Amino acid sequence: MHMADALISPAVGGTMWAVTAGLISYSAKRVKEEKDEAKIPLMGVLGAFIFAAQMINFSIPATGSSGHLAGGTILAILLGPYAAFLVMASVLIVQALFFADGGLLALGCNIFNMGFFPCFLAYPLIYQKIVNNRPTAKKILIASLISSIVSLQLGAFSVVIETVISGISELPFKVFVLLMQPIHLAIGIVEGLVTAAIVLFVARLRPELVGIKDNLISVTQVNIKKVLISLILATIMTAGLISWFASTKPDGLEWAIFKTSGKEELKPKDDAHDFFAKIQEKIAFFPDYAFKTNKSEHSEQEVEVRTTSWPSIDAGTSVSGLVGGAMTFFLVFLIALGLKFRQNKIKS
Amino acid sequence: MNNIEAQNFDIGYIDTLASRSSVLHRLDPRAKLITTLFFIVMVISFDKYEIIRLVPFFIYPIVLISLGNLSYKFVFKRVLMVSPFAILVGIFNPIFDKRVLIQLGTINISCGWISFFSIVLRFILTVSAAIILVSLAGFNAVCSALEKLGVPEPFVVQLLFFYRYLFILGDEFGRVVRASFFRAVNKRTVSFSIFISIVSNLLLRTFDRAERIYCAMCSRGFDGHIRLIRSMKLTYAEVIFMFGWIFLFILFRSTNFPLKLGVFITGHLR
Repeated sequence: MHMADALISPAVGGTMWAVTAGLISYSAKRVKEEKDEAKIPLMGVLGAFIFAAQMINFSIPATGSSGHLAGGTILAILLGPYAAFLVMASVLIVQALFFADGGLLALGCNIFNMGFFPCFLAYPLIYQKIVNNRPTAKKILIASLISSIVSLQLGAFSVVIETVISGISELPFKVFVLLMQPIHLAIGIVEGLVTAAIVLFVARLRPELVGIKDNLISVTQVNIKKVLISLILATIMTAGLISWFASTKPDGLEWAIFKTSGKEELKPKDDAHDFFAKIQEKIAFFPDYAFKTNKSEHSEQEVEVRTTSWPSIDAGTSVSGLVGGAMTFFLVFLIALGLKFRQNKIKS
Repeated sequence: MNNIEAQNFDIGYIDTLASRSSVLHRLDPRAKLITTLFFIVMVISFDKYEIIRLVPFFIYPIVLISLGNLSYKFVFKRVLMVSPFAILVGIFNPIFDKRVLIQLGTINISCGWISFFSIVLRFILTVSAAIILVSLAGFNAVCSALEKLGVPEPFVVQLLFFYRYLFILGDEFGRVVRASFFRAVNKRTVSFSIFISIVSNLLLRTFDRAERIYCAMCSRGFDGHIRLIRSMKLTYAEVIFMFGWIFLFILFRSTNFPLKLGVFITGHLR
């Protein structure tokens, strides 16, 4: 659920950058205050761990698909919220720089969506509250599941909000929410189960790493596979029910589509004629264009050019625009060729 | 090669590119970082139906790739490979926004297609700018630039650690995953329970490794600070690079250069 630069407006990107920068400097301050020098190398190495672990795909039983770890919740359990947030931010920075996953301006959004919710909301308010100081396998499983699901749902929801506020994508809010939330419910369940399984595994061998004191532990094996299959069945059934309801009452979606595509009525023909006259005036400046002779035949269609959404548009400008755009591209290409030639000359 | 090994190879390749030498490689990373960010903000600040005014911005990646001795093929491949999300979300634009914007002969071009195309252009420009930045400066230099620009030290220090151990852990993980594939014929992914034991074991190993690293560093006098030898200074070259580009971006943003050129040419045709 990486946001991309291409989909956000500078205002949204800038705001989220500012928010994330604030969170990073606050977290860095808190980590510094802990005065635990060993923690910084540990954070770095765990970041590398998450980064590499994300690349291992595993098969999800009974579905035929595969998943991977996202890591926000497990990091918060292992490192505490502040350090975990910094590690998550680093993972996303490396992804943005080397794999262009997301992008530099969208980095603020991505760090917030994938770091803030698991570290600062789900971990302290859900995981710690459920597990508190008497951890059992069941509690760990439930806590990891709920915190992963909640953080992924909130993360997905803020992706939707950031995209809709930016206004670059035409996806209506409702449709986008309906697309994102169910997918991330499934991802959240898998993430929660993976997190719980890792925590339980580590708890048997080095309980102190996952914040469990030795004497309190009563970790019994939980059959993750069973839990997973029953959860998947429950999800499929819920999804089936919801879609059945949705199909008997389809107006929500249709309304959304109507609202975006048909919110303005077509222009009446009279206006259109005026408009065409204007276009013709403009076109007369370019008598060489082949268009011009076709004009009279297509006059009715020509005029459908909309002025409301893009007030400056008219055919004259768009022709010049197209020619100019092509020429600019050609110029840029020429410059590239020239530079390449120069480089080759230097090399030889 | 499995995923992890392929990924490490890619990061390693970018590091190799960054260690080359050119006029651009020698510039202060701060200048490159600021120029890149400014470029991205300018590109995405356009109206969502804008296409032709984005075209002049291609000069930035193209000049940098040429002067920086990078390969077009490499950058293009990376752009193609990444972020299906933008395209996935953008492709809905032609579906939801069917108002006709331009008509060429009998072909209707709807607003949705225009804005989709605009998203694709933005995507190419911003992604290539980010890749070029790290290929010209290298990750460590970008980190030290971040520190000089005021990012808190603990964050930068752990970021440097992270980068350093990315390769080592990546190699280790790659070997483990390869070993498990060798033992599970005809399977493309590991099963859930195997995945858990692999990842948990690697996690425990990672903790041990972090402890060893910390001890080794303490015995060499680590006091919580990492001192970088790289000296950074802003010279005339940086100032010219940065303000030259920023001036050009503002010019491209404020005037419709392609349109002026187009009017000039079509005017001449007359």
